[in-house]
Amino acid sequence: MNYYKADMHIHTCLSPCAEWEMSPRGVVERSRKKQLDIIAICDHNSMENAEAAMRVGKDIGVNVLPGMEICSKEEVHILAIFENSNLARDMQEYVYAHLPGENQPEFFGSQVVANENDEVLAENQRLLIGATTLGVREIVEHTHLLGGLSIASHVDRPAFGMISQLGFIPPDLPLDGVEVSYRMSPKEARKKIPGIRDLPCVTSSDAHYPDDIGKAMTVFMMNAASFKEIRLALKGDGGRGILSAG
Amino acid sequence: MIVKELTDQLELQIAAGEKGLSREVLDGYCGDLLSDVMGRAPEGCIWLTVQGHQNILAIAVLREMAAIIIVGGHTPDEDTRQKADEEGIPILLWPKSAFELAGRLWAIIGKK
Repeated sequence: MNYYKADMHIHTCLSPCAEWEMSPRGVVERSRKKQLDIIAICDHNSMENAEAAMRVGKDIGVNVLPGMEICSKEEVHILAIFENSNLARDMQEYVYAHLPGENQPEFFGSQVVANENDEVLAENQRLLIGATTLGVREIVEHTHLLGGLSIASHVDRPAFGMISQLGFIPPDLPLDGVEVSYRMSPKEARKKIPGIRDLPCVTSSDAHYPDDIGKAMTVFMMNAASFKEIRLALKGDGGRGILSAG
Repeated sequence: MIVKELTDQLELQIAAGEKGLSREVLDGYCGDLLSDVMGRAPEGCIWLTVQGHQNILAIAVLREMAAIIIVGGHTPDEDTRQKADEEGIPILLWPKSAFELAGRLWAIIGKK
């Protein structure tokens, strides 16, 4: 077993609030520089840049997981992270079917789909910054149906978090973990987040700018930098676990 | 004034929690961030929100509210309705924006 550094929540230029410097290649190269072993690409309501990032990761030695940050109808952000891009794409189809609206780049920013060579392929026309019509439970359940990990985003933040929107974590919501930002330690979160119970607590950067990548991370003790190992580490299976988060 | 009287007067639709219609309305509160409502809503209030998640019921119980009005044409989730029936806290529906309803409620119960 070994230590692996993970940043499970990074945006790319597909998110309207992130710039071109967060191209799939740019993000993965920066992650490599920050010595991250495994990252998850989680753009708002979409995974269309994840595969390009995965290809770059393969080239330069960062394991990249496809994911997305889904906005529920209660305006709670939830990460859905998958083992492979087929599963993530199935989730994306489900999300798109419940995501109304069209982007207005002049107000919200552009949503650039790029390949692994920093070439622009398209601009996504959907209102990715918007809320889906899906409830938090539906999102968590569908993520699980597709074998993914469901993690409540930035529960310590005053906007778009499970706590700000819903007051507390619903006791029977089968989350795989909660994420806190760099502003709060997991230890503090255990005391302060209502309804956190024994849910694993990870820290991620939620990076929208290159300098933010790896600013917060989770160090896992596990056998390899892989999706399967992270799932086991979140459960504390066979001596695996979260070594430190912050 | 009890919930039933307000329901009749304002022609609110009853979605759930009918057995609580005799609860007394002492005050009002508006809010969609449940973290805010949880800390600030006054006891005995009637609460206007767009949220339909079942956490609204837990908060209504915690703050000892009289009733919840879901505004703007939003609807409660199925498990929210069930909880409301169990707890006997009425969930009422108002199809238009909270602004008009809050004004009318203020005219009825807000003057102290």
